[in-house]
This record gives sequence, structure tokens and C-alpha cells, in this order.
Amino acid sequence: MSETLFDLKNVRKYFTRGAEEIHVFDGLNLEIEKGDFVAIMGPSGSGKTTLLNMLGGVDQPTDGEISFSGDRIDNLSEGALANWRATNIGFIFQFYNLMPMLSAARNVELPLLLTNLSAKQRKENVATALELVDLADRTTHKPREMSGGQQQRVAIARAIVSDPKMLLCDEPTGDLDRETADEILSMLQLLNRDFGKTIVMVTHDPLAAKYAKRILHLDKGNFISEEVD
Amino acid sequence: MGDLYLVFKNLTRKKMRLALTLFATFIAFMIFGTISAFQSALDSGVELSADDRLITVNKINFTQPLPIAYYNRVRTVDGIVEVTHLNWFGGYYQDPKNFLPMMAVNENTFLKVYNELVLTDEEEAAWKGNRQGLIVGENAARQYGWKKGDRIPINSNIFSQKDGTTSWDFTIEAVYTGEQEQTDTSGLYFHYKYFNETQSFGGNYIGWMGVRTADPARNGEVIKAIDDMFVNSPFETETVPEKAFNQAFLAQIGNLGLILSSVIFAAFFIILVIVGNSMILAIRERTSEIAVLKTIGFKSGRIFAMVLSESIFLALMGGGLGLLASFGLIELFNGSGVAQLPTLVLKPHIIMQSLMFMLLLGGITGIFPAITAQRLNIISALSRH
Ligand SMILES: Nc1ncnc2c1ncn2[C@@H]1O[C@H](COP(=O)(O)OP(=O)(O)OP(=O)(O)O)[C@@H](O)[C@H]1O
Ligand SMILES: [Mg+2]
Repeated sequence: MSETLFDLKNVRKYFTRGAEEIHVFDGLNLEIEKGDFVAIMGPSGSGKTTLLNMLGGVDQPTDGEISFSGDRIDNLSEGALANWRATNIGFIFQFYNLMPMLSAARNVELPLLLTNLSAKQRKENVATALELVDLADRTTHKPREMSGGQQQRVAIARAIVSDPKMLLCDEPTGDLDRETADEILSMLQLLNRDFGKTIVMVTHDPLAAKYAKRILHLDKGNFISEEVD
Repeated sequence: MGDLYLVFKNLTRKKMRLALTLFATFIAFMIFGTISAFQSALDSGVELSADDRLITVNKINFTQPLPIAYYNRVRTVDGIVEVTHLNWFGGYYQDPKNFLPMMAVNENTFLKVYNELVLTDEEEAAWKGNRQGLIVGENAARQYGWKKGDRIPINSNIFSQKDGTTSWDFTIEAVYTGEQEQTDTSGLYFHYKYFNETQSFGGNYIGWMGVRTADPARNGEVIKAIDDMFVNSPFETETVPEKAFNQAFLAQIGNLGLILSSVIFAAFFIILVIVGNSMILAIRERTSEIAVLKTIGFKSGRIFAMVLSESIFLALMGGGLGLLASFGLIELFNGSGVAQLPTLVLKPHIIMQSLMFMLLLGGITGIFPAITAQRLNIISALSRH
């Protein structure tokens, strides 16, 4: 029995750059089921980030429908989308994007400021998340005092701390060496397998994509092939 | 952790920039507080002038004398409570540099007209009873270390005694205080009789008269009655309300208010540019961080508020410290014992005004970065890598 989390129907996304109109997607269809771990690959400019942005509700399609658990999100207001993101999506970026002046624990706590958890509950959740990424001993460290891999683990903790259903990762290992990348990918795999997080990950790295349950190849705005693990 | 923690962390992340902008605001508000206190002290001469007091001077020029006989004639005018007369003595203590605002007055009526000078009944009686008695204001007493009972010689740079010396002996019978904090207490007053009988110039002249009226609303009638009495005489008079007299006197010093306002305005403008620029830079550096906050789900309005409160905090911190420093400076001035300086007070209206300016400064310097942050587009901000 499977449950559809994301359902994209006939999605179009156009950008205008000067007089030119760029058709990134011209009728894209995609379903992502709950518990899936999807890797999206494709050449530069094929629309991977644009797709991720639309899934994450930071960008909206020019036309077509995007539903999440059966509810349309493509026509939500900016404020409603912000709330929706806060409850449903955890974001992981290539360059970690941590606040440099905050400790690891404070960085992880950020999304919880959008909930009405008490300070004590927030602290507990932060500790749990940091433990999960194996950084219980680095809570007071600032980002610049940590390695790239550690910073990305803090970012993962930040993405999962409010327990969203969905994790969106844009080249999460793009800035890391092989060994560290494998560490991060195993972590994502664990979150998918043991914690039921649905994950969509954009990557250029075929080895990274192997951690996913299925790999979608995007080119010129459409999926040209799919490999299932 | 709450939003305020984030604001604070952002504020303090660049220590050098924080220090510089704080310093600039600090200086601006220190200047503002101090100058405003000065201005208020100058204005207070006008503000504190009694509505029921008139000054009668020689119509040609207020430095020209009037005959002593005028005193008794003015006393007969209707609507008058009391009249006194004063002569500028041109006094100095030991060294001409130590100039003293010292007057020979009618000791019987002086304190009835200038009732903002506070001394006890015993002191008043002692002063009246001693021909060489002197009352000095606490500001003057503090500067020269005088106290009640001291016998001091005072010279005049205008008059000399009949024996040729320019030195007079006095006994301090009272150190008077002011009814209000800003009442001028730098003056010295002694008996006209002592002055008139010992000095070698032509006697029986007075400098000017102070007149207290029964009803300020009828000052016009009293003024007319006095001046009409002496019209077409060799010594015509001009009687004006004390307030008008003080205003005219201030105007002669030059338009100090305008100068002060220009200084303050220039200071604010510079601060506005410095702090505003630093805020814009600070927000530009944080473009991707703000985009991440928005991505996580922070709403635009909340980000707007955080940026704006950052600049307002900055202004309140620097400005508050500056105001505190101006308070210290003012105390230093007041304690310096330089009698020529008026008593400076950081009045509530100055503090309120400063707070308003701080909020304004924080608001103006923060509003544009705050709008920038509020409108920041997540996608373009994050694709800048
Ligand atoms: N805000 C925008 N304005 C105009 N064009 C855009 C904008 N964002 C993306 N594009 C264009 O849309 C296309 C897809 O961009 P996208 O960033 O999604 O590619 P990508 O697959 O993530 O590439 P990369 O692998 O380099 O990250 C590109 O041609 C890009 O120039
Ligand atoms: Mg991309």
C-alpha cells in the first residue's frame, strides 16, 4: 500500500530573461510516494534546482498543479507557503548555509522558533537531532570551528528537528570529499529507511545517486530515464 | 532562544563595526545632550524671567544712569508692589580675570523684587544691618571658596574710592540659593549707600530699576505710567517686561539657537550616513542567511521586524550611552566652579527629545535594509553562489 506525497500534473515553468522566454518545464508529470528516496540527475541547466524549489514551495509553477498529500500548494499565498514549508519540508543545501554567529545547537533550533514548543522541549528536540547526526559533543561549536562534513550534519539536524515528512537536498555532498560524502549519504539513507523520511536529492554524482531508491534523469525539462534500485 | 537573541547575535557579530557605529552614535548624542542643556540654560534666562517684573532703564541706552530721585517717584505709581534699583559695579576678585556680576542695590527692597533668591530671615536681617554686608550666590561662593562670615576685598574696574584705591571691603552675610535649579546664583549684591558714599564719581545715580507689578495683565498700564512720568526730562526712561529685556539681550549675543541647531543637524546627518551605510552593508552580507531563514519558513514581516529592531537597538544603545556621557559632562561643567557658566540641567524634555531622535535614527537607518530583507527573493538570493 503506497501513499502519494507529491503529485505534479502538467507542470510548466517559464523564466523570462530579457526578451527571451526560457521553458524549463513544459508539461512535467511526477509522483513521489511517501517513504521514497529519489535522486535527480541531469546536466547543468536541466531544471533540477528549479524542480526542487517548486517541490519545496519556494517557487511556483507558471502553469499546472502541484499537490502535497492531496492538497494543492501551487496556488498558496506566500505566507501560507511559509507555514507549509515550516511544517512539512526540511532543506539541505550544498553549502550547508548555517548561521555563522550561532552555535550548532542554536542553528538546529532555528526551525523550532516557528513552532510553539517550550524552550525546554526545543532544547530536548535539538539534543535528539544532534545525537542522531552524531554531533552530541559539538553543540556549542560555531560553524567555522567545524569541518564541512560536520557542518552538513548540523544542517541535516536542522532539517529534521521539526520532524518534517519531506527532505529536499540540493547537491548535499557537492562540496565534500568521497569519504565524508558517503557518511552524509548513509545518514540520509538511515533517515529514509528507519525514520520514514521521504527524500528528494539532486546530485551530479552517480555514486551518490546509488544511495537512493530510484534515480530520475532529467534533460531538457523532462525525465528521460528512470533506474530503480 | 528567540528572535531577540538572533537580533543580538547579528548586532554583535562584527565587533569592530559595532564599536564604530556605536561610537558615532555615542558622540552624536553626547553632543546633542550637552548642547541642548546649554541651550535650555540660555533659554531659561528668558523662561525664568518673572512675568510680573519690569525693568526701567535710561531710554538712550541701558548702560546710561538715571537719577536716584526716580526711585521714589516710580514707587508712587499705581499697580506696583515694589521697586528696587541696581548699579553695575564691575567687580572682580583679586585678578581682573575673576570678573564678578556684582551690583549695588537698595537693600531694603531688592529681595522683595528679586524673590527667587533664597536666604533665611536672619541672614536677610544681618545683610540689611551691615553697611558692608554682601550676599553672594552659591555658584560664585563655590568658585572662590567663600562662606558666610568671610571678609573679602573686591575691586572695581569702573569705580574708585575717594582715597584713590579701587578696593572695597565686604563681609559675606549670606550665601543665597536659587528658587529653581536653573536660577542664576552667580550674582553678588551689596548696599547702594556703601557704594554711593565711597565712590569718587558723581553720586546719586542709579543704573536701572527693577519693578514688581501687582498684576501682569496690567503691565502695559504700569509701563505707560512710568515712562510718561519722565517724558521730556533730561533722563527719559524706557520700561520693558523683564522677559522682553532678556530676549533682546540674548538676541544681541547672536542667534545662538540657530547655530546650535545647525551643529546638531550636521551631526545627525553624518551619523545617519555612517550608521545607515553600515546597516545596508550588514544586510547585504547576510543575503543568503536571510534567504535560508525564509526558506525554513520565517515570514517576511518577521524578518523585517528583526532587521528594523537591530538598527533601533543600535541607536538606543549608542544614543543612551551618549546621553549618559552628556549627563556626566554636564555634572563636570556644573562642578567646575566657573561661575560664568549657567547651571546645566538635562531636563526631561531633552531626554524625551533624545529618545525620539534615537528611534528616528534607528528607524531611518533600519527601514531600507529591512525592506530589502523583507522583499528578498529566496531563489535569486540562494542561486548567487
Ligand atoms: N530565476 C531565474 N531566472 C531566469 N532563468 C532562470 C532562473 N532560475 C533558473 N533559470 C534557468 O532555468 C534553467 C534551469 O535552471 P536550474 O538552476 O534549475 O538548473 P540545474 O539543473 O539546477 O543546473 P545546475 O546543475 O547547474 O545546478 C537554466 O537555464 C537557468 O538559467
Ligand atoms: Mg542546481
